[in-house]
Amino acid sequence: MAKKMAIIASKGTLDMAYPPFILASTAAALGFEVQVFFTFYGLQLLRKDLSSVMISPLANPAMPMPVPMPVLVQVLPGMESMATMMMKQKLKKHGVASLQELRDVCMEAGVKFIACQMTVDLFEFKKSEFIDGVEWGGAAMFLGFAGDTDICLFV
Amino acid sequence: MNFDKEFDASGLSCPLPILKTKKALADMASGQVLKLVATDCGAIKDMQAFADQTGNPLLSTAEEGGKYIFFMKKK
Repeated sequence: MAKKMAIIASKGTLDMAYPPFILASTAAALGFEVQVFFTFYGLQLLRKDLSSVMISPLANPAMPMPVPMPVLVQVLPGMESMATMMMKQKLKKHGVASLQELRDVCMEAGVKFIACQMTVDLFEFKKSEFIDGVEWGGAAMFLGFAGDTDICLFV
Repeated sequence: MNFDKEFDASGLSCPLPILKTKKALADMASGQVLKLVATDCGAIKDMQAFADQTGNPLLSTAEEGGKYIFFMKKK
């Protein structure tokens, strides 16, 4: 019987978007049955348009910077966009897949994406802003699958 | 070694060499051999793990001028 993996994706920044998509796509390639439950900010990763997924150097002291940057500079307008642009360039240069690419691989490989219904209601999102093929559900639905997995992660 | 299909994953980072291998194997017949070229040094252990998990035998792993060459047989 195929191994199973469940992931909870709760963060919506560029850096934190990678682990769930990398693990889900790779596990699917290894023959795992995979479900990812997107909740709170993680829901941003299921938007049709991923351009709002960004990275911030603010409150992220471990992020390597090309030049030392004081916190008071990091708060200036446009810094987040610049950091995101630089990070995307770096990822591309090193042959790391884009989020879009990894997400597409997941979908093709049959990874099941579950979007948290409560989060959509909470933030008053429109379901039409999210990609097709997503299943809407709650904690109990996820736990039904997670309780029977070999690997279960919270990101 | 003889092979039926070749994929060059040079310049691609984890997990792309594995994802591309999976895709390349998909339209091959059982018993056919895939040659994969990669520059990601993590691919050595990843390809072995992929072989162990999926049951597609990894026939050989070699390094040649900074590139890693894998031959994998489709089960």
